[in-house]
Amino acid sequence: MPETQVQSDEPLAAEHEADFAAIDKARLIEALARVLPVGALMYDPEDLRPYECDGLTAYRQVPLAVALPHDEEQVVAVLRACHEQGVPVVARGAGTGLSGGALPHDRGVLLSLARFNRILHLDPHSRTAVVQPGVRNLAISEAAAPHGLYYAPDPSSQIACTIGGNVAENAGGVHCLKYGLTVHNLLRVRGVTIEGEIVEIGSHALDSPGYDLLALMTGSEGMLAVVTEVTVKLTPKPVLAQCVLAAFDDVIKAGDAVAAIIAAGIIPAGLEMMDQPATAAVEEFVHAGYPLGAKAILLCESDGTPEEVAEEIARVRAVLEASGATEIRVSGSEAERLKFWAGRKAAFPAAGRISPDYFCMDGTIPRKRLGEMLEAIQAMEGKYGLRCINVFHAGDGNLHPLILFDANRPGETERAEAFGGEILELSVALGGTVTGEHGVGIEKIKQMCSQFASAEIRQFFRVKAAFDPPGLLNPGKAIPTLNRCAEYGRMRVSAGHVPYPDIPRF
Amino acid sequence: MSDSLDPIVAAWADRIRAAAADRIALHVRGGGSKDFYGRSVRGERFDTTDYRGIVAYEPTELVVTVRAGTPLAELEAELAAKGQMLAFEPPHFGSGATVGGAVAAGLSGPRRAAAGALRDFVLGVKLLDGRGEVLRFGGQVMKNVAGYDVSRLMAGSLGTLGVLLEVSLKVLPRPVAEATLRFDLGEAEAIGRLNAWGGRPLPISASAWADGALTVRLSGAEAAVQAALADLGGERVGADEAAAFWLGVREQTLPWFGAGVGGGALWRLSMPSAAAPLKLGGERFMEWGGAQRWLRSTEPAGRIRERAAQLGGHATLFRGGDRSGAVFHPLPAPLLAIHRRLKDAFDPADIFNPGRLHQDF
Ligand SMILES: Cc1cc2nc3c(=O)[nH]c(=O)nc-3n(C[C@H](O)[C@H](O)[C@H](O)COP(=O)(O)OP(=O)(O)OC[C@H]3O[C@@H](n4cnc5c(N)ncnc54)[C@H](O)[C@@H]3O)c2cc1C
Repeated sequence: MPETQVQSDEPLAAEHEADFAAIDKARLIEALARVLPVGALMYDPEDLRPYECDGLTAYRQVPLAVALPHDEEQVVAVLRACHEQGVPVVARGAGTGLSGGALPHDRGVLLSLARFNRILHLDPHSRTAVVQPGVRNLAISEAAAPHGLYYAPDPSSQIACTIGGNVAENAGGVHCLKYGLTVHNLLRVRGVTIEGEIVEIGSHALDSPGYDLLALMTGSEGMLAVVTEVTVKLTPKPVLAQCVLAAFDDVIKAGDAVAAIIAAGIIPAGLEMMDQPATAAVEEFVHAGYPLGAKAILLCESDGTPEEVAEEIARVRAVLEASGATEIRVSGSEAERLKFWAGRKAAFPAAGRISPDYFCMDGTIPRKRLGEMLEAIQAMEGKYGLRCINVFHAGDGNLHPLILFDANRPGETERAEAFGGEILELSVALGGTVTGEHGVGIEKIKQMCSQFASAEIRQFFRVKAAFDPPGLLNPGKAIPTLNRCAEYGRMRVSAGHVPYPDIPRF
Repeated sequence: MSDSLDPIVAAWADRIRAAAADRIALHVRGGGSKDFYGRSVRGERFDTTDYRGIVAYEPTELVVTVRAGTPLAELEAELAAKGQMLAFEPPHFGSGATVGGAVAAGLSGPRRAAAGALRDFVLGVKLLDGRGEVLRFGGQVMKNVAGYDVSRLMAGSLGTLGVLLEVSLKVLPRPVAEATLRFDLGEAEAIGRLNAWGGRPLPISASAWADGALTVRLSGAEAAVQAALADLGGERVGADEAAAFWLGVREQTLPWFGAGVGGGALWRLSMPSAAAPLKLGGERFMEWGGAQRWLRSTEPAGRIRERAAQLGGHATLFRGGDRSGAVFHPLPAPLLAIHRRLKDAFDPADIFNPGRLHQDF
């Protein structure tokens, strides 16, 4: 048994957090100033503030410098300079990420792709668009609309988030049950490695020779390469979309109705669920006319030709009735359909309105365990003394419990973190995952230790090293070091669910 | 990890560790139905067919988890009994095809352009790496971004990164209605027509063009198929004939694919769907709305590759020809370097199917 061989090829990075203390800021700035035009480099503390966090505002950190390159050549130059000096680089799109993926490194450069905001080419005939990474998700659909096309993945943040960020997180949306996630709607990514090499991954054909690096890049949280160009697939717009809103007097019944729809052989264009507190919170915000007495509501969308939609809606209605829905409404107009969705899409801002702070969880579980999860969350509300409102991408079992807290109240942040951690651990225990679409970032890095054994974690570090040998792209994110996991394991054993203030958070 | 105690897995792990220590190449193989594909392999036979069976299948979760040595036909029969299917329509290319072999080969059938490729349906894998360690990636749920997507990396890796033990695949309901139409069209018109249709919300689930005839399959809700039939025109193909035809396309058993027709090796050109006709000598067969083009040709490999690249695609020497040369399109240097390091990450002793994907690893 070649134990020694197994030991000998261990990548060092897997064991301990890397140490970047020796980086010389003045030398770095000097090198960056040489390759970036005036206005594309910032290092005064007040200029760095706007970049100190992403959508996970509980974690903040200013970088040594922010680089705002205009073109790929400058990206190459910045990466080469950082590579030469061993400086960490964190790419940033719009900063809407919810897991701290774009949280700066205190000894690193924050590389903003904000100026890469052009749609380079849109070909309605082959139904593709070549875009720069800083282009907003919705801007692609807007540009494609005159051709009867759109870009299918539609995260609720689509007005703001960028396609580069979508690629890095493998973002999903309410329609991905039928139309797929980012990974299913990409053809090609062009990127730059930390060594400054340009890589073309994928192509305008449907596949490419060699390993599926496009799959590896998608969801890699800016840790393998910096994306500088993306080709996406465009989808023909359905002639008609209609949405069914169903009310239930019991969340378990609503969960069962979701399974029953799938069991009937229906793949709706969207299938979402909100519990009563979530419905109340969004209703106050958007006035969609939701049934406030219901314990849970389902939104089920059908799209296609008018005949097809009518056929599917009739089938959905029958299933919902058989599943005990107390009320069923079908959108009668596009305006009404959008109203049905308005609340669901505004769930996060609505949470922000009723509570000073919230954490959005992102576990995914097998659909059939939905009821169990909801009951457990209810019990946790009591245990941690915090409220939680629930919205789900029910069709794919992706949960977004929103834990409400007030960071100004001593101890609440820690309790909210522990609450979230317990939900994630339960997601793993129920056969699911800690993150369905928001990424691990820094937020769920500890729970990765529950989902993966050390052998897989080592393997993740090796995969990273295949793209980024010195480990400079977004270090400390997404994949925990074994040291961190060991520490986490000890804490869980000795104290149950306590906050973990002694783990450094850069 | 209870499964690592499985006697088959334990024995395999031992064998891998021993092979790694002695640098003995292993030819990982399921039913051998895709032996023709990729570069010629050397190595001791490593048969995966003993490790078979469906581990978990719950139709309402739209997921099936299956051991890699399970016959593909067995899995498909099980899904069909529940009104479901593998939407990527994997070609079997022989009665012994296994699920693991299908994933490793990464090939998709006629529905690919409409439904997605095999890799799009891979949700999770369990594998033995070149150190003899059992690793699990992904899972049984639809959405999962925890860690790098190693599961999908396995699709099409031709067994060079590890021995697949289990795969979890997303499954879909079978379409309620299906119909097939045929049109008399030249190649350029067919490419134009297919792309124009692709821009409209039509339920086209497969297309095949050869010898001046374009055949198109519609699948979906009854109403959608009926509406498209009325809209598209063409000549309706009977249900039995259509089923036999699409099976023949998937399995390459149509007369067009018969050896000897036209002569030469069979090339697969993966192209942007709207790319112009190839203008290469030989017989042409087109699928996937224009994105997959088969060519039986005696033209030199260099010329075929050059033309494919010029049009934005790549060319694979699919069947026949020189299997010891570069069967797959050459990789640019930076990608090749990443490939080498990935291979090294999973199989440091270079024992799994060495040379099958690339001459160097
Ligand atoms: C209100 C709200 C609703 C949301 N709804 C959804 C939803 O429905 N579905 C969903 O999936 N997400 C959702 N999100 C999360 C977030 O919008 C997505 O993760 C989005 O993909 C992030 O894009 P961004 O441009 O803001 O990326 P950022 O937050 O800037 O970065 C995210 C990650 O991508 C990396 N990155 C960014 N650009 C590049 C690049 N060019 N090259 C390499 N790496 C890069 C960063 O390093 C970081 O790791 C929501 C967020 C908010 C605030």
